[in-house]
Amino acid sequence: MLTIITVYGSMLLVAMGRTLLLALLGLFFACIIGMLFGIMGVVKNRVSNVISQIFVDVIRGVPMIVLAFFVYFGIPYLFNTIIGGFSVSMTALQAGTICLALNCGAYMAEIIRAGIQSVDKGQTEAARSLGLTYGQSMRKVVLPQAIKTMIPTFINQFIITLKDTSILSVIGFPELVNTAKNVQANTFMSFQTWAIVGVMYLIVITILSRSAKVLERGLNVGR
Amino acid sequence: MADKEIKISVKNLKKCYGDLEVLKDISTDVTKGEVVCVIGPSGSGKSTFLRCLNRLETVTAGSIVVDGNDITDKHININKVRENIGMVFQHFNLFNNLNILDNLTLAPVQLKKCSKAEAEERAKKMLAKVGLEDKATSFPSQLSGGQKQRVAIARALCMEPDIMLFDEPTSALDPEMVGEVLQVMKDLAADGMTMVIVTHEMGFAREVADRVIFMDGGYIVEEGTPSEVLLNPKEPRTIDFLNKVL
Repeated sequence: MLTIITVYGSMLLVAMGRTLLLALLGLFFACIIGMLFGIMGVVKNRVSNVISQIFVDVIRGVPMIVLAFFVYFGIPYLFNTIIGGFSVSMTALQAGTICLALNCGAYMAEIIRAGIQSVDKGQTEAARSLGLTYGQSMRKVVLPQAIKTMIPTFINQFIITLKDTSILSVIGFPELVNTAKNVQANTFMSFQTWAIVGVMYLIVITILSRSAKVLERGLNVGR
Repeated sequence: MADKEIKISVKNLKKCYGDLEVLKDISTDVTKGEVVCVIGPSGSGKSTFLRCLNRLETVTAGSIVVDGNDITDKHININKVRENIGMVFQHFNLFNNLNILDNLTLAPVQLKKCSKAEAEERAKKMLAKVGLEDKATSFPSQLSGGQKQRVAIARALCMEPDIMLFDEPTSALDPEMVGEVLQVMKDLAADGMTMVIVTHEMGFAREVADRVIFMDGGYIVEEGTPSEVLLNPKEPRTIDFLNKVL
């Protein structure tokens, strides 16, 4: 166990850094996608509701490992070989970010849609009856209440997404799991390697969820 | 009454939800300063009628003209019209994320009717009017039902509307809190506010209303002064209803 830490420790830490980078990039774009499709799911427009629902259903209906292969291998093949005349290529980080953003984005869209719809519609009616526009009622009355109910679910989703980065080892991005595979192959110390990797995930996720709890409590103060 | 300014004019109003005809053919006028109480059994369409008056429900057919604006016209700026029509709901619908003062100032400030300072000054005046000046920094969850409803009335008044709509304002209240809300509404009526009130409070209707409308099955069955409708009803359905509630 000590050999792995002394010889490969810094390598694993760097890999953990890449895992966090990938998760952060993915979450950043997932937030944008989630907000976009979440709002599209609640506005009074059949077309945008249906588009939002299809997006969510498709992404949720496909395992992320399939999505990863599809984005990383399938999309360039489509443009370069089937259609032809393109030379699309992407790095594993780019493909990984796209996958996480789409996957987590779909779940965030559902969280946002459900959060907004959980706010009593009397709140909107009261705001509208005073002459506020739909947008003003949303911004000033509905969203502040919806976000409060969304926060615990968001945190949960963030943690799931952080763990899901490990799936992207299959397209060769050198995040923690992929790197650990190499360590195992070099040392043959399976038990030690995976125990260390497990503890590393555990520490990071525990720190994140604890600080999220503190944040959550902070937001509830004064209410 | 005939030469008084007409604030709301409803003609052949019809409202359907799918196949269900809730309002079949409603026509009536409300003049300036008039207090109209709408009574009737549940499911008679009274609340739907009220909600059509500020287009919280879209109208299926007919016209509603408020202060010269036909609000059934898709091109009209409904938000501008609504600024002039206050509404009070059965379940208060105070903004749970805002304290009482912010509940009152949100709309005036957002709609740029006045500065934040002016809005707060007026909000405090309105809170004093409903007897709750000490609750400015409380949150809705800290108030009783009666207090919430008085705040809701004050919130609507902060927009300085010409017309106030009340949708069963005392139906969700404990009995001992009904009086405080009705008192605020009486004061408002005495100040000359044009009011349309859906209510089950017959005593209040008799005392305050200029006109009582009895609705049933999507029609106005009978209307007239409180003594005509409540004390000497002519229609069998009105008599039947009043026998059950009085």
